[in-house]
Amino acid sequence: MAAVTPVGAVTPAEVEAPQPRGSMRSSRLRRLNLFRWTVFTLATLFFLLPLFAMVRFSFVGTQPGEYTISAWTQIASYPGLLDAIRITLELAVITVIVELSLLVPTMIWVRLRVQWLSRTIEFLCLLPLTIPAIVLVVGLAPVYRSVRQHVSLSPLQLFWAYVILALPYAYRALAAGLDAIDVRTLAEAARSLGASWFTVMVRVVAPNMWQALLNAMLLTTALVLGEFTIASILLYTNLQVALYQISRATLDAGVLFSTSAASLLFAFLLLLILSYVGRQRGRERR
Amino acid sequence: MKGLRREYGPVVALDGLDLTLHPGELVALLGPSGCGKTTTLRLLAGLEDADSGTITVDNQEITRLPASKRDMGMVFQAYSLFPHMTVRQNVAFGLRLRHVSRAERDRRALEMLELVGLSSQADRYAHQISGGQQQRVALARALAIQPRVLLLDEPLSALDAKVRAQLRDQIRRIQLEVGITTLFVTHDQEEALAIADRVGVMREGRLEQLGPPTEVYSRPATSFVAEFVGLTNRLAGEVSGGEVTVRGVRLPLVDASTPDGPVTALVRPEAVMVAPEAPTDSGPLVGTVIATTFLGATSRITVDLGDTTIMAQLRTAEAAALPAGSRVTLAIRLDPVLVSDDHREAAAG
Amino acid sequence: MAGVRPVRAGRRLPLAWTGTIPFFAYVGLFLLLPTGIVVWNSLTDASGKLNLGSIKTLFDPAVRMYFVNSLELSAISAVVGAVFGAVIAYAVASGNPDGLVRRLATAGSGVLAQFGGVTLAFAFNAAIGPTSGFLTKASWYYDFPQGISLIYVYFQVPLMVLVFLPAVDGMKMQWREATENLGGSTWHFWRHVGGPLLAPAFLGSTLLLFANSLSAYATVQAWENQIAYVVPQQISIAITSEVGLASANEAQVLALGMVIVVAVVMVSYTLLQRRTSRWLR
Repeated sequence: MAAVTPVGAVTPAEVEAPQPRGSMRSSRLRRLNLFRWTVFTLATLFFLLPLFAMVRFSFVGTQPGEYTISAWTQIASYPGLLDAIRITLELAVITVIVELSLLVPTMIWVRLRVQWLSRTIEFLCLLPLTIPAIVLVVGLAPVYRSVRQHVSLSPLQLFWAYVILALPYAYRALAAGLDAIDVRTLAEAARSLGASWFTVMVRVVAPNMWQALLNAMLLTTALVLGEFTIASILLYTNLQVALYQISRATLDAGVLFSTSAASLLFAFLLLLILSYVGRQRGRERR
Repeated sequence: MKGLRREYGPVVALDGLDLTLHPGELVALLGPSGCGKTTTLRLLAGLEDADSGTITVDNQEITRLPASKRDMGMVFQAYSLFPHMTVRQNVAFGLRLRHVSRAERDRRALEMLELVGLSSQADRYAHQISGGQQQRVALARALAIQPRVLLLDEPLSALDAKVRAQLRDQIRRIQLEVGITTLFVTHDQEEALAIADRVGVMREGRLEQLGPPTEVYSRPATSFVAEFVGLTNRLAGEVSGGEVTVRGVRLPLVDASTPDGPVTALVRPEAVMVAPEAPTDSGPLVGTVIATTFLGATSRITVDLGDTTIMAQLRTAEAAALPAGSRVTLAIRLDPVLVSDDHREAAAG
Repeated sequence: MAGVRPVRAGRRLPLAWTGTIPFFAYVGLFLLLPTGIVVWNSLTDASGKLNLGSIKTLFDPAVRMYFVNSLELSAISAVVGAVFGAVIAYAVASGNPDGLVRRLATAGSGVLAQFGGVTLAFAFNAAIGPTSGFLTKASWYYDFPQGISLIYVYFQVPLMVLVFLPAVDGMKMQWREATENLGGSTWHFWRHVGGPLLAPAFLGSTLLLFANSLSAYATVQAWENQIAYVVPQQISIAITSEVGLASANEAQVLALGMVIVVAVVMVSYTLLQRRTSRWLR
């Protein structure tokens, strides 16, 4: 469970620091800077060290002191791992598509035409934060079990549950995007020019919230990449489950670390790019 | 304040400012944004450090003294009330920090609230009262600690026009009643002229003129002051022999040593009037009225002279007789005029 | 696109809400229904009759231990994570809103808050595991709750930064300056103004961290899968075991217990959020 504040939409134009450092007394400024740098150094150390250990392990060979990239090249050939990666990526794509097709039209529609439902929608979208995955799967397991007695279900069927898990994050990201633009005015202007509701949603509103859309996509992807609970209990093998199974066999398998490091780096780069892109767009508008 | 200087990296916010406030007077610092007026106020308050210069209060140097020990009351532009405290608690806060007893605190807080006319709101919170009321509470809070100096940082800028005028007069009334030395920063010249004992016009970190409102208005020291305070007509003219010829009229110059040559003369609308003689068909001061602005007792008409427009301030009855489209002949009163610095700057730059 | 159509302002489409049917259908089917199944099954017995007796198992000493463990682990990781996260949030907020540090911190928090589960446990094992630790071989790594709390803190702190940062952003510099002007020092400011203002947000965020920790499963499972310490682990055992319906029912009841605890926490969080947003808008 994680990111409740969407990245890239966190600093609206009006936010200023509790006190811009240019307008402070020098003694306070000195104290503040010392505080900041101490905090950042300690935090960076704490957060980077395990990651560093993980990356280092991905390069460690069988003899002490020996380094090799075999853990990375092995990813492609380790039994079952490549399949699990493929399945997980496909799941991510499906989940994102279903998630956005479900949420975006609904949210825009509610804002424009059925405002009285917005509180309900918000509540439902945030409910998965209260109903943990572990509880959800207790309710879903019997359903999956009985269906599988008749029909074999591919792991891609996990997306039904993943869409629900991603609801709070996608909702928050999209809501932030919708809040930033005046949906009503845009819609009314488009309607007065003769646009249909479909046109309004697809060609007027959606293009104006592309950062929020991107944000929602990334958060959903991150969630799918990291999901373990539901997949393992429903006896499917996704990326995390595969890694888990490998670790049960040999805790020191290099692929564990190389794969983990790769997926983490991937997610971080994407989010960093998003926050840059979001800021530039905001600047242009000003 | 003497020789105050403050830089933010490459930007010089204050360039050697000298300013003295007399006891009990209200000085307004007026100027466009970025001129250094707010910086001056913040240096006085102790919220920022000067790079060089000194600040003295009551013959005591306080340049290095931290803000919390300076004994000044400050009213900010907005958002300064503590949202988690009631109005009464806000006003009493400074007293609380000085370990004044609960009963005494409440009494003084209520006294201050009565002074600003808000004792009925004592138990409300900031978000429950209007912007104008919030600023009055901020004023009460600043005065509650009985400071030596009162500092106001554009307190009216965030308010509606109507509230602004009312509150402006109220602040002045209270300031006179309490008799406290006050520094009032604003970019609105009407405010500054209306309530100040002396007005300081600032520009790019320097004080261009400091004096009573009437003086700053009718005897501007520089062309910047002339153009910033009140309205000005900019008219092409030619200087020769210590006088300038503007649209066929020879006018005396404020600065008789101005070198000969083409200039832009600055003429106040009040110095432009309808010519007493019968209107002629053409001439440098003959034109058509294109707009009238009603200002109450007086009105301002804008006249198109063909190659330029000119503003004249007339009694409303007179202006009413000249609706848009009428032909009119104007005359210029022989007051000394300033010429704009532009040509000099252009030559130097 | 159709040609110009007159906009009929007065006419209201009474069935506009039908546009939300797909959403409600989906959520109803895949969220509400499973939850309902859990609640229903935990309150009824095999033959479908209402039987609150299974609730009593929640108070069995064995079951109680799981809840106690869960609460203990969650409390420790929430409080530690909240304190450090708040400090970091303040350090980030007091800098340039457009600066590199802020963007790095926001992006980093977004990723690290999600970085839990299996891979996190590996990373910690690689760093301080008793057999293969790189930095140190911590003998207490597999102790409950110390070892696992440390791992939990790793994703709790970024979550705190994400959730608490907006509140810190809402602090206006005028409050600080007004306090100074009225004669208060830094200590006075935090005691009378900053502290009380940020307290509801801090408490609310801590509660969120608490709920987050309660719900976590993958991390603790990857850390130590031989011994079940916390409720989610016990649920997983109950559900995947082969022993008939009795175990299935146990899973439902445990799940219900979890939902109740987390629901209480989330409601308190929402109430605190409302107070915060009024002050720090």
